[in-house]
Amino acid sequence: MKVVLENLTKIFPSRTKNGAETVAVDNFTYEIPDGKLIGLLGPSGCGKSTTLFMLSGLLKPSSGKIYFGDDDVTNLSPEKRGVGLVFQNYALYPHMTVKQNIMFPLQNQKVPKAEILQRTYEAAKLVQLEDYLERKPNELSGGQQQRVAIARALVKSPKVLLLDEPLSNLDARLRLQTREEIRRIQRDTKVTTIFVTHDQEEAMSISDMIVVMKKGVVQQIDVPQIVYDNPVNLFVAKFLGTPPINVFVGKIFDRKLYIGNEMIMDVDASNQEVFVGIRPEGFIYAPDDGVLTCNLSSVEVMGRDSSIVSTHDCAESTNIRSIIDSDIKIPYDAKTVKFNIKKNKIFVFRKDNEERIYLKDED
Amino acid sequence: MVDSQHKWKAWVYLAPALILLLVFTVWPIINTFHFAFLNDYSSLGSNGGETYQFGISNFTKVITYRGFLTCLKNTALLCVLTVPLSCFLALIIAVFLNSITKFSKLLQTIFFLPYVTNTIAIGMVFAMMFNIVGLRYQSDYGKYCQDIINAGGTPKELFLAQEVIRDGVTYQTGYTADSWGIINNFLTFLKFDPIIWINQGSSYSANIAVLVIYIVWNALPFKILILLGGLQSVNKQYYDAAKIDGASRLTIFGRITVPLLSPMIAYVVITGFIGGFKEYTSVVGIYGTSLGPTGEAGKLNTIVGYIYDALAKANYGVASAASLILFLIIFAVTLVNLYVSNKKVHY
Repeated sequence: MKVVLENLTKIFPSRTKNGAETVAVDNFTYEIPDGKLIGLLGPSGCGKSTTLFMLSGLLKPSSGKIYFGDDDVTNLSPEKRGVGLVFQNYALYPHMTVKQNIMFPLQNQKVPKAEILQRTYEAAKLVQLEDYLERKPNELSGGQQQRVAIARALVKSPKVLLLDEPLSNLDARLRLQTREEIRRIQRDTKVTTIFVTHDQEEAMSISDMIVVMKKGVVQQIDVPQIVYDNPVNLFVAKFLGTPPINVFVGKIFDRKLYIGNEMIMDVDASNQEVFVGIRPEGFIYAPDDGVLTCNLSSVEVMGRDSSIVSTHDCAESTNIRSIIDSDIKIPYDAKTVKFNIKKNKIFVFRKDNEERIYLKDED
Repeated sequence: MVDSQHKWKAWVYLAPALILLLVFTVWPIINTFHFAFLNDYSSLGSNGGETYQFGISNFTKVITYRGFLTCLKNTALLCVLTVPLSCFLALIIAVFLNSITKFSKLLQTIFFLPYVTNTIAIGMVFAMMFNIVGLRYQSDYGKYCQDIINAGGTPKELFLAQEVIRDGVTYQTGYTADSWGIINNFLTFLKFDPIIWINQGSSYSANIAVLVIYIVWNALPFKILILLGGLQSVNKQYYDAAKIDGASRLTIFGRITVPLLSPMIAYVVITGFIGGFKEYTSVVGIYGTSLGPTGEAGKLNTIVGYIYDALAKANYGVASAASLILFLIIFAVTLVNLYVSNKKVHY
């Protein structure tokens, strides 16, 4: 089932008399295609969870519409929408067994008993918990509780599955495993799934599409790789990627891009001050003819790659991280390090509104 | 752990509380057991140098005394009626108070008021409300009652009529609707017959009804407080999850709220039964120290009342035996409560 958001807006009134109201979600319009896994990504307070709760019906939008398929569900209460929601802390009923937890939505729908048992078993099997049906939630590990929550959300065959920070309560190893599990379950059931996360790696690794949000405003919606390779503004560029992108203050003068006094490359844009973003993997170690000279701080060897930590006067952050092949040896007594820059890993943004300046000689 | 050299300091700090407990709690308990098993023990006799045989005559006295059975029946009946009713009402009110946002603080204060008012004072107000006659006619009441009964009529018959003729004599009752207590005024306003709740000639069920209303009203605040506290500590996400799962309000109440609140519910039920078996002041509050309507003293006496009377007559042996019987009853009821709650309560 496709999900359409039309000018969706949520405004929270101010708590104090004269305080400003908060626009949690601002004019969100997007059509989520049927059967896709969508990741809503952004820092905390960006409105991603608010969007999710509006989709579930627990929050009422201030304006705008939500359609499931062709049906307007904007004013429907949660139970009439047929959504499955997995809460950040799972919200499993602690007094019920796994089985009773999974059965609960079906019992409320007055499904015949035999069918309830059958569907409960199927849902438990889908999340590989069929041996744990008689346990209470507090007798399960975090990952198992997570899977019970997913089974409970899926057992009623929801039109849309919503996941709120599904992996944030799990430890690193389990997170990797569970995110693959979520991907598998989503592929098996083909249910349109929307999940919320602040972890860009998580969003990139399993989503068909990601929506990057900032302060209630959607910044960019696209396939993860495209968002990474082609950020529309400095915020998106900064938010995606680990280690994060390196940002320099530079300028364009006479169709040439400068960082400090060094000319980096020819560009086709008017004279102005700019932000220059370079992905860590965009640096090429070039001791002889490098265009960018940085002061070397340290080299961290990480097995497959090495990470060169250096500083530059024009850099926004204290450290510049560049990732190069660990085969390349850097003299340990070197004071400076020179780089060439890969053309598709460098992005230029306007200084005033941080929007991307698209350079013609790319590609 | 406390350094062994400083252990005596710990004892010094504990001493004030320990000494008070030993003198006023532990020693009386030991004495209760002691007196209860001395045949016909009385403090007066004991002071006079009498000695007593070990035996169980105190217990047989208590059990075979008809007044004790009345007390036992009254106490048990009040317990069985008031505890479930007050717990249920407290639960409903707590859920209601928890769900509203406007006026919730004001309403909480109102519901909490009985807790901070004096039992006897409120009992007197209740007695006034349930009186057959209003305050104005209170002093004439006894005289008229006697006239009525002399004439062979029930008080109710006479109060309903302005004048009654018995054996050729005309009795002016002198009572009109506006002179009744507020409850009977209300009843007649709704076109019901007035009921004699607590006065001479009142029925046992009416007497008990007044006590039940009063005790429940008095017991509510504490229970509401406990249950409201429990409700406020329930994670709101369970309710969001239940909404998403399509649960009706009734289902949410029965399958989410009550189970999650079950430890608190068990607590108010158990303490309610313990308190209920110790009921006494409420009876004094409404019926006075005669513990019954005029002419029927002791009709509504309770076990604690019985113990109190025995103590007043210096029958320490009987009082101790009755106390131990009360203790055994409360102990047994609490065991049953705990057994049930272990099966039903989710911790």
